[in-house]
Amino acid sequence: MAAAAISLQGVSKRFGEIKAVNGLDLEVPPGVCFGLLGPNGAGKSTTMRMLTAQTLADEGAISVLGFELPGESKQSRLEMGVVPQLDNLDQELTCRQILTVFARLYRVPRGERTEAVTRALEIANLQPRADTIVKELSGGMRRRLLVARGLIHRPRLVLLDEPTVGLDPQVRQELWTLIDGLRASGVTVLMSTHYIEEAERLADTVAVMSGGRIIAQGTPAELVRAHVGEEVLEVYGPPERLAEVDALASSNGWSRRRSGPAVAIMRAESLDGLAPEGVRRPANLEDAFVALTGEEIE
Amino acid sequence: MSWSSQGETAAVGRAPAPSGAQASARRIGRLEPAALAGVMSRDVAIFGRYWKATTFSSIVQPTIYLLAFGLGFGTLVKTIGHVKTIEYIGTGTVATAVLFSSAFPGMFNTFIRWQFQRTYDAMLAAPVDVEELITAEVLWISLRAGVYGMAPILVAFAFGLQPEWGMLLVPLIGFVTGFGFAAFGVTVAAIAKTIDNFNYITSAVLTPMFLVAGTFFPVSSLPDGIRQVAQVNPLYHCVQLVRDASLGTLGTADLGHAAVLLAFAVIMWRLAISQLGKRLID
Repeated sequence: MAAAAISLQGVSKRFGEIKAVNGLDLEVPPGVCFGLLGPNGAGKSTTMRMLTAQTLADEGAISVLGFELPGESKQSRLEMGVVPQLDNLDQELTCRQILTVFARLYRVPRGERTEAVTRALEIANLQPRADTIVKELSGGMRRRLLVARGLIHRPRLVLLDEPTVGLDPQVRQELWTLIDGLRASGVTVLMSTHYIEEAERLADTVAVMSGGRIIAQGTPAELVRAHVGEEVLEVYGPPERLAEVDALASSNGWSRRRSGPAVAIMRAESLDGLAPEGVRRPANLEDAFVALTGEEIE
Repeated sequence: MSWSSQGETAAVGRAPAPSGAQASARRIGRLEPAALAGVMSRDVAIFGRYWKATTFSSIVQPTIYLLAFGLGFGTLVKTIGHVKTIEYIGTGTVATAVLFSSAFPGMFNTFIRWQFQRTYDAMLAAPVDVEELITAEVLWISLRAGVYGMAPILVAFAFGLQPEWGMLLVPLIGFVTGFGFAAFGVTVAAIAKTIDNFNYITSAVLTPMFLVAGTFFPVSSLPDGIRQVAQVNPLYHCVQLVRDASLGTLGTADLGHAAVLLAFAVIMWRLAISQLGKRLID
């Protein structure tokens, strides 16, 4: 197997009292789209920042594209693109100016810069807005520009931190197409997200992160099968009925969760004749995610 | 799709180089010119939007000083020390111009780009390190300060200041002084909790600094204690150097002034990198 594009071993990072990342082990093979899934506060963003050496690990070893961090981080950053969660575009510059600045920062040779900028504008579908200043762009356009900025130098590895948070469904679809296109062209993608659908659609491999470490990893299908089986039975009813079903599930040791106005019972395929009446549906990654990370909201 | 040609024509991406030997062969050094130029190209782009306002204020400010001190005060006092008032004020305000065009951008631009726009976060995710980022920012501000530091001299020509070859040194003096004060501003921005805290620095440090620098009146007319303070004020050394260069009176004492300015620039540069670096990288 080829060397990992990203490798973290026993990585920890503490901010005061909080252990943001706690003994994290992670291997991202080259050429895949890898989804880092986890609730807010699981340590995803800290992990992302550590991969660009903008956050330094207290313990553990990190390597990116074969370079040891933090010492050789600058070399690895030359060949990777980063799309941050928060908009950090220059408000007063135009799309073209921002892309040109970053083409320089990423050492795109002078003769290729104009072409690189044109290509990035195409990627972002911003050609008509090339000379508009960022302040005047819509949220979706800004996000596309952020993505294009991270791709200006044709990186081998792209980090996407919550790429579609807060976007319209249309813009989200567009970005998904773009990310899928990246993967298809052989670029390694590491994407953090708390949108399960996003991970399910795009990621070849998903790692579920909680409390600063990976608690499960596999293809979305593997994770679903391993943690919640094949089918889920959803039982709807008034609160008394739901309490009854909950008690029944509890006495039989069935894994279940509250799913809005219903109780969802996992591994419905193995319930035999004991199953209460309800709607059966295929188990999905959300079921697995909740089963793994718990229902409580911090 | 536009991605399809990925690989063959990749600008920087080559075959994976996982081995340590290959990695070290491609090690890139400190303070790379390409990184500095990249960061400064952003400043140039922004300057393209604001140069008119900047130029306007850099011309109007010394004009006001020269009008007020030159015409008002100058009618009462023809000479300061043994220098004509117009020469004294015209050269003195160079230091003021340099101070304002370096310390303020150092404080405000840094704080805004780092805290509000997060531009620095974006650039540090590219192959640029903290040392390069801050050096480039300070370098840009000080180049600008050096050029705009000439404005008071140009304005003073209109008030009767005589051109002198030594004036060609003024942008260089402005650059070195500006480098120190820009880095000072960056350091302040790194330490300040909020942008309002800059008021402490402006009123308690910068304002006294430019008054106790021999800009408008000789330091020798000040009480002894304050005169000592002037000796450690980099702006005082800037004023002396600019005045001696512009009036053709350069002497050995000016080597001392130059040395102080250079030392100030280097110390502030390293301090800015260490202070802001601590906050940019957590």
